[in-house]
Amino acid sequence: MRLVLRGGRVVDPANGIDRLADVVIDGDRIETVAEPGIAADGCEIDVAGKVVAPGFIDLHVHLREPGFEYKEDVESGTKAAAAGGFTAVCCMPNTNPAIDTPSVVTAILERARQVGSCRVYPVAALTRGMAGDQLSEIADLLAAGACAISDDAYPIQNSETMRRGMEYIAQFGALLMTHNEDKALTVGGVMSEGAHSSAMGVPGIPAASEDVATYRNIRLSELTGCRLHLLHISTAGTAGLLGWAKGRGLAVTGETGPHYWRLTDAACRGYYSNAKMNPPLRSEADRVAVKEALVSGVIDAIATDHAPHAPYEKEREFDKTPFGILGLETAFGIAYTDLVASGLLTLSELVYKMSAAPAAILGVPGGSLAPGGPADVVVLDTEARWTVEPDRFRSKSRNTPFSGAELQGRACFTVVGGRVVEA
Amino acid sequence: MALRHLLSIEEAETADLRLIMETARSFQDVIGRPVKKVPALRGRTVVTLFYEASTRTRTSFELAAKYLSADAVNIAVAQSSVTKGESLKDTVRTLEAVTADCVVMRHSSSGAPHLAAGMLGIPVINAGDGRHEHPTQALLDAVTIWDAWAPGLGKRVGVDAPDFTGLRVAVVGDVAHSRVARSNAWLLTRLGAEVRFVGPATLMPADASLLPATVHSDLRSGIDGAHVVMVLRLQTERQEAGLLPTAREYSRIWGVNRSSLAAAHPDALVMHPGPMNRGVEIAPEVADGLAGHSSAIETQVRNGVAVRMACLYLLMGSAAGEVL
Repeated sequence: MRLVLRGGRVVDPANGIDRLADVVIDGDRIETVAEPGIAADGCEIDVAGKVVAPGFIDLHVHLREPGFEYKEDVESGTKAAAAGGFTAVCCMPNTNPAIDTPSVVTAILERARQVGSCRVYPVAALTRGMAGDQLSEIADLLAAGACAISDDAYPIQNSETMRRGMEYIAQFGALLMTHNEDKALTVGGVMSEGAHSSAMGVPGIPAASEDVATYRNIRLSELTGCRLHLLHISTAGTAGLLGWAKGRGLAVTGETGPHYWRLTDAACRGYYSNAKMNPPLRSEADRVAVKEALVSGVIDAIATDHAPHAPYEKEREFDKTPFGILGLETAFGIAYTDLVASGLLTLSELVYKMSAAPAAILGVPGGSLAPGGPADVVVLDTEARWTVEPDRFRSKSRNTPFSGAELQGRACFTVVGGRVVEA
Repeated sequence: MALRHLLSIEEAETADLRLIMETARSFQDVIGRPVKKVPALRGRTVVTLFYEASTRTRTSFELAAKYLSADAVNIAVAQSSVTKGESLKDTVRTLEAVTADCVVMRHSSSGAPHLAAGMLGIPVINAGDGRHEHPTQALLDAVTIWDAWAPGLGKRVGVDAPDFTGLRVAVVGDVAHSRVARSNAWLLTRLGAEVRFVGPATLMPADASLLPATVHSDLRSGIDGAHVVMVLRLQTERQEAGLLPTAREYSRIWGVNRSSLAAAHPDALVMHPGPMNRGVEIAPEVADGLAGHSSAIETQVRNGVAVRMACLYLLMGSAAGEVL
């Protein structure tokens, strides 16, 4: 059974394509990207005026299942992903139970097969119960289908534990994703330390707490040969360290999210809990440096750190409300508005950072419209202007700082493994 | 008055703050009378909701409410349903549902009164939130300074409007963790004063650039020529957190005593929001006004009641009926 996406502008940076073309899908594979008007049998979708691109891959999502299904689950989270143009998401291991045994990996993959609207790549915990002591059974976790290993949400503080963990992971050629934070420097901090935290009387998290941990992790990656991916880069210092690591030829990559280039710690004013996440929104200088590092390619990929929380959890005192904001349904609109419509990046460069780059970091298929590859495609309307209305989100949660933002560009629908998923 | 709640000095209109101070002046007279009660808020209910232990502030609000003939109900949260896991939202909504007319709130989380105000139709008065603000303390401090100093920096005699132009105020001690320091800096500079934060680097705000004060680590140059020296309490936890070596060293370098006060204006007024650690941040003879400078510490407490009466009266006053 063929599916033809006819008449769109095909933007496939991995293959150097940016032109009007028809995309022919056969079963779950891309058959060809051909000149417009190719004769092909099967179901046709007219996508004239739209952009056809490899489906986006989010390296950093909290699907909350198992254990926190009141915030999000595989079904709602992948619906939100599809609505945002994503055809695959990595889900972080801070569930309950944590993704620290093969059975949890298997269960999530099974849920994704049953109710998922996109592919799901579980990320397994580096240590058992994310407690930072004993290593998880990493070989078994990888064999069960974990795409990477991470200490996200519970960053490893003991440098020896991290070193041995990296050595252990490296022998399997697997990827470690680190949340870079020196917890001793964070103390009770709940927002970035600076002029705003000082005026608000809120305990601060210095940018140095991210940079110190980043430097350690990069040096340990060099020591052990472990492939390292820096999660949610928020500081000028960490962006600079990533550039330094790449200059030394190390196997280190990095991501940042729309909130880090669009907002600063000033957004926390009024004790606004939807501006609270970890790492926190930083200073204007950090915001500018992170955006520049993303534009220049030092930071490889855009990831959302989609972190759903129930409304009642975000309606608490600023220091008691949990860290984290939604991201899947606003990421492309913000990225297109801030980076492409503003002229900083071409559409092809943006698509690369949301598809081919994350695919390469993970070493998974996708991120490309090459014939024979998986038919994971997003169709985008880059002219659409829309206003962020959290009540229309597919996510179960509403914790976005972008409510009311006026954006340009959104996903119309995705194709996952040849199957059309309505946005 | 434009103000619906009193959440912070920073966000309040200067005209409203002046009105509170001027109204407090009238209530100073009331509480000087043998019979202190006025019927202004008869039949109305003030709830004090304290998530942190406090004797003086809570008592001060309670007396203020009673002198205005309001009913005062005190809820000490440590013994209430919050320890059973009730959220702030549910707690404050319950208070409104049982027909409280005003909530006076103290909380260890900065911004908690803002959260409550957003959920309530009745006035919320911030009685201290985390390290953020303590607006009624700043107002009572300002009234105390107003009573002591006049424009042109002569001793005041019956000035009608607070004007602190030319006044230099040194706030000495643990500014980083102090809601009193923040509220005072906002209020006193609004009224024309210059404010200096003085103390060890580890107890100063990480970045004071959005606060209306300059930062000084040297005590003597910090209080040089100060007309008001406001001393903050040093919590013993600061030592445990590694911010200071010892109380002894703190006292030697930043303690306000007869010798260090020599740098201040000869007629400087010494203030302390209490409770004091005598012999640590303030020498006993300075606290008691026996070191050649006047101590305003007891006046501050007395003015606290008048200021809180003014706040309750102005915020709850629209339906208050006859006055004074």
